[in-house]
Amino acid sequence: MAPQSYVTLGERLSNGIELLLRTVTHSTPYRWSNRMLRTRGVTGRTIVIAVPWVWLLLFFLVPFFIVLKISFADTRLGQPPYTDLFQWVENQYLQVRFNAGNYLFLLQDSLYAQAFVSSVKVAAISTIFCLALGYPMAYGIARANASWRNVLLLLIILPFWTSFLVRVYAWIGLLRNNGVINNVLMAFGIVDEPIVMLQTNFAMYIGIVYSYLPFMILPLYSNLEKHDQTLIEAAVDLGATPLRAFLRVTLPLSMPGVIAGSMLVFIPAVGEFVIPRLLGGTDSLMIGRVLWDEFFSNRNWPGASAVAICLLLVLVVPIMIFQRYQLREVGGDARK
Amino acid sequence: MNAAAREVKKEPWKDPRAQAYIRIEKVSKKFGDFVAVNDVSLSIYRGEIFCLLGGSGCGKTTLLRMLAGFEQPSSGRIFIDGADMDGVPPYERPVNMMFQSYALFPHMTVQDNVAFGLKQEGVKKAEVASRVAEMLSLVKLGGFEHRKPHQLSGGQRQRVALARSLVKRPKLLLLDEPLGALDKKLREHTQFELVNIQERLGVTFVVVTHDQEEAMTLASRIGVMNQGRIVQVGTPHEIYEFPASRFVSEFIGNVNMFEGRIIADEPDHVMIESQELGCPIYIGHGVSAPPDAMVWTAVRPEKMIITRAAPPEQHNRAQGTIKEIAYMGDMSIYLVQLDSGKTVRITQPNAFRQAEDRLTWDERVWMSWHESSAVVVTE
Amino acid sequence: MNRNRSMFLLSALVFGFAFLYIPILSVILYSFNESRLVTVWGGFSLKWYGELLGDRQMLQGVWLSLRIAAVTATGAVIVGTLAGLVLARFGRFRGRTLLSGMVTAPLVMPDVITGLSLLLLFVAFAPLPFVPDQRGFATIAIAHITLTLSYVTVVVQSRLATMDDSLEEAAMDLGARPTKVFLLITLPIIAPAIVSGWLLAFTLSLDDLVIASFAAGPSTNTLPMMIFSKVRLGVTPEINALATLMVSVVAIFVVIAGVLMARQEKARQRDVQLAKAGDGSVTGAPA
Repeated sequence: MAPQSYVTLGERLSNGIELLLRTVTHSTPYRWSNRMLRTRGVTGRTIVIAVPWVWLLLFFLVPFFIVLKISFADTRLGQPPYTDLFQWVENQYLQVRFNAGNYLFLLQDSLYAQAFVSSVKVAAISTIFCLALGYPMAYGIARANASWRNVLLLLIILPFWTSFLVRVYAWIGLLRNNGVINNVLMAFGIVDEPIVMLQTNFAMYIGIVYSYLPFMILPLYSNLEKHDQTLIEAAVDLGATPLRAFLRVTLPLSMPGVIAGSMLVFIPAVGEFVIPRLLGGTDSLMIGRVLWDEFFSNRNWPGASAVAICLLLVLVVPIMIFQRYQLREVGGDARK
Repeated sequence: MNAAAREVKKEPWKDPRAQAYIRIEKVSKKFGDFVAVNDVSLSIYRGEIFCLLGGSGCGKTTLLRMLAGFEQPSSGRIFIDGADMDGVPPYERPVNMMFQSYALFPHMTVQDNVAFGLKQEGVKKAEVASRVAEMLSLVKLGGFEHRKPHQLSGGQRQRVALARSLVKRPKLLLLDEPLGALDKKLREHTQFELVNIQERLGVTFVVVTHDQEEAMTLASRIGVMNQGRIVQVGTPHEIYEFPASRFVSEFIGNVNMFEGRIIADEPDHVMIESQELGCPIYIGHGVSAPPDAMVWTAVRPEKMIITRAAPPEQHNRAQGTIKEIAYMGDMSIYLVQLDSGKTVRITQPNAFRQAEDRLTWDERVWMSWHESSAVVVTE
Repeated sequence: MNRNRSMFLLSALVFGFAFLYIPILSVILYSFNESRLVTVWGGFSLKWYGELLGDRQMLQGVWLSLRIAAVTATGAVIVGTLAGLVLARFGRFRGRTLLSGMVTAPLVMPDVITGLSLLLLFVAFAPLPFVPDQRGFATIAIAHITLTLSYVTVVVQSRLATMDDSLEEAAMDLGARPTKVFLLITLPIIAPAIVSGWLLAFTLSLDDLVIASFAAGPSTNTLPMMIFSKVRLGVTPEINALATLMVSVVAIFVVIAGVLMARQEKARQRDVQLAKAGDGSVTGAPA
């Protein structure tokens, strides 16, 4: 029987791993280094903590400081295309070349300010749309009976596993002047001329809502699914209308899910690049595009760094809100 | 072996030369500001079934976990078979634990679950197989080797958990609310089985429970805990008939308490005046209490006698009206409101199937008890 | 009122799913379109599939992306599971808040920021002796692992939180040291969560455009980068064919997995029912 063979395979595998572990832990170099480390307070536990800690520190946190450093540098020709912050002059004096010019430029040129404002606006509106469509969907799935629920969840996640780019590209095909939607509308005589939908803010909103909808639905669903139905029943039993029961019981309890989902949509949407580039017009100014162009088109690495730092500053508060709610939902606080 | 020696073997705590198998010395455990276990000292002897009894939050589970090694005491020491357990992790202690949730490994069969501990010791395969089989037949689960935990009922899972914890022949077995998840009939059945297995194997048990019935059935001795302290240690008989404090007498079983003041204090008897009873109380033994102190007289419901006619003695009696009767089948519970205003609880066995003159509501009756039936507690 | 509410929910669901799937379905449909243009239906044809399979550059890109994704997923699972274990089981320790923050931040950080910062890191460290000089496979893999490990951590951490930790205590009580407990008890039980973490990291890596663009060197072209440049130039029905293939592969896997899980669940339910009858025989009550 198939499962039985998996069990023996699993057993053999774990026996093999046990044997390997035993040999290693009984070997002299291991014992010696173990003793060395232990006297310095390094236990197995420390190493386990250290692996993800060091990785994230090195590849996530440290880069931000490098971005900060480069944002104060000057551009120049050659590799790498920025000047050094510290320079040894005559091998004796340390000269610090500190150039705040990038930031001044950002503050002076209204283009950047506009881009920040419009990015936040677009992200906020998209979040609201996602919430408007996503909440009923999440609620509907949570209330469906068990067999349907898994199927529906799978259907939500499935598009996620197909290429994001291709799906955005599909919208191009749908929204173009001679695309599917326009053809259908003209065939039925609803419009005479094709509606311009592509390269507009409208298309950009559709693209963002489309891409981020699963990110809104999943945390909402995970929260709503945990709700005790008997609370609603008790409220209704005590005389509340279903609408009231929803507003007074379900909605407040689902707030952590709403916040988590909203942050999961809002924060990345502010820095979104691909969708504005493919679906948006020249007037849809998003900071992600600005950063990309600054970096790739203008080869202005320090300038792009300054933009990145400003974007981080804008997003710091929402990120902290998200972290607090994430902590609660996943139980990330220390239990012992 | 003469009778006295046999008695000592069964009650090792009475032998002044006996060495305690487990010594808990002034152990405390703090979680931040909260003191879960407060200066507990205890001696447990080999072969005992010792029950830690108390309500939730009294610290019994924390104390158990410290014996197992999952928590370290904030202060104090624990000795098992003479060895100091300070800093010893659970996997190095000669102790095994049976968890409240049974904690059976869901991805392993019954065989693998029970064999797990033996494999960690490096026991040879053939010996593992025979010891597992032996243990499974002891708990009457022979034939269930290849089942997985989700294919077992609650009672069967409990027996697997027991087998798994006993197969290593530990010096000490800790049981955390072992009968809590079972229904009533199964619980009674399992209680006797547990005691049988323990006697056969000679393992020392420490059981944690909030259920007095469980403690009274299983234990050779009970340690009653309240708010992190041990308030009394004794056999079930001692705890029930000679409670050391108000808390213990009210916690175990039901009791009627009469507040009063000592008016005559002699070495062989004591007289107490009590407004609550409305009649003097005569206790047939001496009581050590400060003069003129407030004391409580505790009388168990089954020790009280209901009569229609007035009893001959002038003390330990009162008149009242039957307010409530609860018919429990094997006995009846009467709530009698005394003339003094206090309500007492009296139980009587229904010794006869048909009784023409059965007591009924609103009847005037006399309630009394024998002078040796009451206990005086001071706080 | 209840009926109205169900109608509302149902229509929201229908509209939502239509919204999600119409673009995908249109892509699938037009991958079989003879004509190059979306406006005209030129008849059923597999020629774009042919073109796709003949496009060596595209296939190389696919192969590269798959390899990067596999490495990423494996790396992310290793680091992410450790992070999840640490956060769920290790209680308080020095640096815990920082770790917790560093794990949740990548979940929401805009791609452009992570991409730029990692690129600058690689450039800054390039002069060091043992650092890969050329930006390519290794740098993209490192970048992707950093991005995706947070997702793995979230999945593993929440699974560990719901798991009964008395299982681990029981194993320790029976004599197993912590490493053994993790390998023999914890890991098998959270295995499904780890697998879904692997798949999640794989998908995210396969799909990423922005970070790969930053972290890649001049000679490296991942699949999303290729699709992006092709899309900017104009319509290529090849892409429709590619997308359809991807969707079908995923759909087949999902269906198989779903059927297997449903069958396993049924067997399990049956076992539980049979077991419940077992208790009756002990006390003599009818089963």
